[in-house]
Amino acid sequence: MKKAEAKKKRVKEFQDPYTVTGALVKGNIITKLSLLIMGLGNIAHKQVIKGLIYLAVEISWLVYMIQYGFYSMSMLPSLGWREQQKVWNDAKSIFEYTAGDQSSLILLYGVATIFVTFLFIIVWRDSVKSGYKVELLAKEGKHINTFKEDFKSLFDKNLHKLLLAGPIMGVLVFTVLPLLYNITMAFTNYSKIGDKLVLFDWVGLANFKKILNIKDGIGGQFYSVLGWTLIWAVFATVLNYIFGMILAIVINRKDTKAKGFWRFCFVISIAVPQFVSLLIMRTMLQPTGIVNTLLLKYGLIDKALPFFTSATWARVTVIVINLWVGIPYTLLQVTGILQNIPAELYEAAKIDGANAVQTFFKITLPYMLFVMTPYLITQFTGNINNFNVIFLLSGGNPTGVGDTAGKTDLLVTWLYKLTVDKSYYNLGAVIGIMTFIVLAIVALVTYRNTTSYKDEEGFM
Amino acid sequence: MNSARKKVTNVIVHILLAILAFIWVLPVFWVILTSFRGEKGSYVSTFFPKTYTLNNYVKLFTDTSILDFPKMFMNTFIIAIFTCIISTVFVLSVSYCMSRMRFKMRKPYMNIAMILGLFPSFMSMIAVYYILKALNLVNGSMIRLALIIVFSAGSGVGFYVAKGFFDTIPKALDEAAIIDGATKWQTFTKITIPLSKPIIVYTVLTSFMAPWLDFIFAKVICRADATQYTVSIGLWKMLEKEYIDSWYTCFAAGAVVVSVPIAILFLITQKFYVEGMSGAVKG
Repeated sequence: MKKAEAKKKRVKEFQDPYTVTGALVKGNIITKLSLLIMGLGNIAHKQVIKGLIYLAVEISWLVYMIQYGFYSMSMLPSLGWREQQKVWNDAKSIFEYTAGDQSSLILLYGVATIFVTFLFIIVWRDSVKSGYKVELLAKEGKHINTFKEDFKSLFDKNLHKLLLAGPIMGVLVFTVLPLLYNITMAFTNYSKIGDKLVLFDWVGLANFKKILNIKDGIGGQFYSVLGWTLIWAVFATVLNYIFGMILAIVINRKDTKAKGFWRFCFVISIAVPQFVSLLIMRTMLQPTGIVNTLLLKYGLIDKALPFFTSATWARVTVIVINLWVGIPYTLLQVTGILQNIPAELYEAAKIDGANAVQTFFKITLPYMLFVMTPYLITQFTGNINNFNVIFLLSGGNPTGVGDTAGKTDLLVTWLYKLTVDKSYYNLGAVIGIMTFIVLAIVALVTYRNTTSYKDEEGFM
Repeated sequence: MNSARKKVTNVIVHILLAILAFIWVLPVFWVILTSFRGEKGSYVSTFFPKTYTLNNYVKLFTDTSILDFPKMFMNTFIIAIFTCIISTVFVLSVSYCMSRMRFKMRKPYMNIAMILGLFPSFMSMIAVYYILKALNLVNGSMIRLALIIVFSAGSGVGFYVAKGFFDTIPKALDEAAIIDGATKWQTFTKITIPLSKPIIVYTVLTSFMAPWLDFIFAKVICRADATQYTVSIGLWKMLEKEYIDSWYTCFAAGAVVVSVPIAILFLITQKFYVEGMSGAVKG
């Protein structure tokens, strides 16, 4: 009930009386013409520069479409068919190659054209509204902004347009467009399998069926990788949190001496770039690395420990090393919050005769969980996408014969292997989408239940 | 009795902390030792080096025939500076808009940013590579520009920390300025920015460090072009089979060279991060 009201209010807050339908139904002939010739309405009402800018956008879009756009769109359904051919050139007495179609580029240009057109439609809507607005303002005899005033408003009322233009362009071109392109790959057979790297076709949902089918070779690996990813994320998050918190509490104890020194010892490991410390760990734990060498030398073991060669060992190793990486972060986060727990709570517990374990479970833990749930969720999603630790430590190994995914591969590292090493672009794209789905489910279920999401400005 | 038990607990706790601290410091300590080690190769049988030398550092900076570390260092440095400038401007702009301006696209933008954050970050890497290739940015020294774009273009999505900080600056300050006839641009540059030193330093430092810490994006963009490598790919290369025997100790030296400035920057960042978290104007 309350939610519906809030929603209604928000809609009203940004209501715009100048709509495209309004222009279409009630606008005069010039406004209606500016549906076709952008900026006409503005030019007619003395907003010449603004109108010309709209017109320039329209013309450049048209030029683009005629030169490349329509061709790209027309190629999109087939993704190209012309193979590269060798043609004998009599005049030069050599074989010449005719350029064939390259499906990956056709797909990219096709997606880009749709993307550009979509952006154009947004500008078009804006121009129609703007044309309708000046018509109404002129009719009512109200002031119409000059170009200079419009420009000035970019530094005041419309500052967000100025400030957001750059960042949004960056995100659109280098995050959203590539993502869309990659997602479309999931519906093609763009892959080294069957030699489809130059020319490929749409295959609908075939890749998804393949991945989700547990009896298929790839499908079987998918479920095992998914399972390990979830186990990894749970262990990595929970263990880091619990051990980090215990460590923080121990350091924070009243009787612990040299608190700053202990903290420094742990924090110094974060300060070393992660790829450096992980690469070092990897070399230390090799069969001939320093750890095995020393253990063998002092006769503690008979043969080298299989840190990265046995599946179980490798899985435990990456989780333990991740503790080394992660605990200092938890320590940093937790320390401040621990000091914020009201001291009266502990005093009351002490008077009631509670021991350390009881205080921890009845006071510290519930308080920490209450404050740190959002942090835990980000940690969890971060761990599902934890590329560095796995890739740099075990590289996903050990890998079974004929498998593309190793026993410690997460969905993300498998995605990397499938695309960069194996060139199975379509399967990689499917894995990416699957990772997104897993994360989206986790995020939706948990975010919706946290107070910080429900009430963004609650703490103010 | 009670105080005796307390003493025992205390001793145990301190011993435990010492052991843990030892485990945490050990790898760091070991790299530093290795960087001064006289014996070549990755296979060693003692923890402490038999001979000490500075040659590893000398070789790292003078032997540029196979792996040109000084060049990698300069590459990374240039990329880091530009990335840092662009990212900081982007992040501060977006955060300010999300915190202070109220407009139609605000909520949708924040939701989309959250959704984008759920995709594996390099899922689109291959596509980005194609786009950069179409723009002719993946050959020769243009790779630097490509990497700057890769590191900074998407930064408009990561506005949460800075927005949270701006939220703590009292809105009354803005309103007072507006009553005095200031434009939004003026409140942004004359009021919000000067009050935001901790979060600006934090943003500058984190975006400056990103190119030093990233490994995977640089690897995909640079491919085989060794002249454009960043530090992290260079260090990774030194551990590959064909180089590890002659470059292992240099790897350690390189790791130290990279880690020291990063560690210092990190410790500074931490200070400002904590300040940033505790809000802008107190009281």
